Amino acid sequence: MTPSYNFAFLDEDTKRMLRRALLKAVAIPGYQVPFGSREMPLPYGWGTGGIQVTAALLGPDDVLKVIDQGADDTTNAVNIRRFFARVAGVATTERTVEASLIQTRHRIPETPLREDQILVFQVPEPEPLRTLEPREAETRTLHALGDYGLMHVKLYEDIAQYGHIATSYDYPVLVDGRFLTSPSPIPKFDNPKLDRSPALMLFGAGREKRLYAIPPYTRVESLAFDDHPFEIQQWEHRCELCGSGESYLDEVVVDDRGGRMFVCSDTDYCGRRRTEAQA
Amino acid sequence: MSALLQVRGLSRHYGRRIGCEDVSFELHPGELLCIVGESGSGKSTLLNTVAAQLAPSAGSVRYRQRDGEWLELGQLSEADRRRLAREEWGFVTQNPRDGLRLNVSAGANVAERLMALGVRHYGQLRSIARGWLERVEIDPARIDDAPTGFSGGMQQRLQIARTLVTQPRLVFMDEPTAGLDVSVQARILDLLRRLVNELGLAAVMVTHDLAVARLLAARTMVMQHGRVVETGLTDQILDDPQHPYTQLLVSSVLTT
Ligand SMILES: Nc1ncnc2c1ncn2[C@@H]1O[C@H](COP(=O)(O)OP(=O)(O)O)[C@@H](O)[C@H]1O
Ligand SMILES: [Mg+2]
Repeated sequence: MTPSYNFAFLDEDTKRMLRRALLKAVAIPGYQVPFGSREMPLPYGWGTGGIQVTAALLGPDDVLKVIDQGADDTTNAVNIRRFFARVAGVATTERTVEASLIQTRHRIPETPLREDQILVFQVPEPEPLRTLEPREAETRTLHALGDYGLMHVKLYEDIAQYGHIATSYDYPVLVDGRFLTSPSPIPKFDNPKLDRSPALMLFGAGREKRLYAIPPYTRVESLAFDDHPFEIQQWEHRCELCGSGESYLDEVVVDDRGGRMFVCSDTDYCGRRRTEAQA
Repeated sequence: MSALLQVRGLSRHYGRRIGCEDVSFELHPGELLCIVGESGSGKSTLLNTVAAQLAPSAGSVRYRQRDGEWLELGQLSEADRRRLAREEWGFVTQNPRDGLRLNVSAGANVAERLMALGVRHYGQLRSIARGWLERVEIDPARIDDAPTGFSGGMQQRLQIARTLVTQPRLVFMDEPTAGLDVSVQARILDLLRRLVNELGLAAVMVTHDLAVARLLAARTMVMQHGRVVETGLTDQILDDPQHPYTQLLVSSVLTT
């Protein structure tokens, strides 16, 4: 740990402010709480919201895992993990089961989470209505009144254009039957994992200065139409590395002749399955 | 029959400038009232204040809602005001671009108010939207087209469909045909007259054009400098205007 920084980089007053905002977020599931977002040593879009939430939560005994698109070894994930190893001296891991705190961009791990784990999401745009309603005062009023017909306008447009609800990530959810919420740009494949999850889910948007929460065991419903129910992605393939037929698959290019294969996006899950198969 | 709307001594000022001053009237179910007057006479101010989009400086507006209960609009919460606007009222703006959602399809524009009321069946939304496009003489095949590609007249007809789809009890219209070509205007006025009759709508419609009032409204109010100077049956006002300002308006209609 680099001694010239306060533990986990942020000063204690800032962490206290963040924790207060987080408590409020947990108390009102899905409600976007404003907070005083700090300058972080990396640009917006690189997870500054998630990093501040993580910094406010980390204790010396925590074990941190960081993933980007399901992988532990991408630049963004590696940088954030190294950052906290340096400024907080915490242990890090790539194993989902070993982590007490997981910061993520774009995925929820395949391995089911537990009550003693916290998942922190990096959020680029916390407001699910923003593309339809640019005025902040108006979206706030719509939330206050639970007036969410507008969100269905977007789903309607999807079906009108593509014949089905084409929104495949950042698929809007209703949290605890009350607040319309962005699950962050996770694939809709992961939406069912939000519903009544034993783990605490926290969401941080640095640029927009908002954070929100889905507390453990909260009902999370993906919006849909009666005659176009919510469905998750499905593949005709299995993972070509571990053989899983239940995980979210990425199509990757494997050579310069256009060869492709489908593999798990969750690298820890895939690796563990392969190790188990060999044992 | 009991009134739908009761307006009493309604004033709206902008600082020291008068928007409208001491206006009183009643509107009955199924009735279409026209507010006429030249530009700047306070018609839009009055309409917006009655529709609770502007706060009055003095006076009151009472509305009898579907369940028969009278509401004092000045005392409504924002949530109740919006519920009323969503469930019982409609508002048609002069510029259809202000009343439409331009970045979504014509069908979504028509279906939006239904979705706001909780309709969650896509197939049903489609068939209602198609029916309404037909009703306002837009080819239902254009249901998935963006309204930005529509002519001004089509956009206005789309706004009318979008507003009327939930069968509101009371519709406010602010010069819905101003700014359109005369032939396009005539078609929309014709359409409005038909729909108002078919649906038994009550409506307050602002226009600077007495000819529009003659075509649509049994009753007309004439405004000048923010005040109502004459009110009565439209035919009577046209045949035998009492106020000098109304006489001026009528003679200008008859000579054009
Ligand atoms: N937002 C505003 N601020 C200040 N004055 C306004 C505003 N809107 C309207 N007015 C004034 O109120 C008067 C009535 O305007 P308006 O209701 O728009 O008339 P009309 O619709 O008959 O043309 C005019 O003198 C106008 O300049
Ligand atoms: Mg006007």
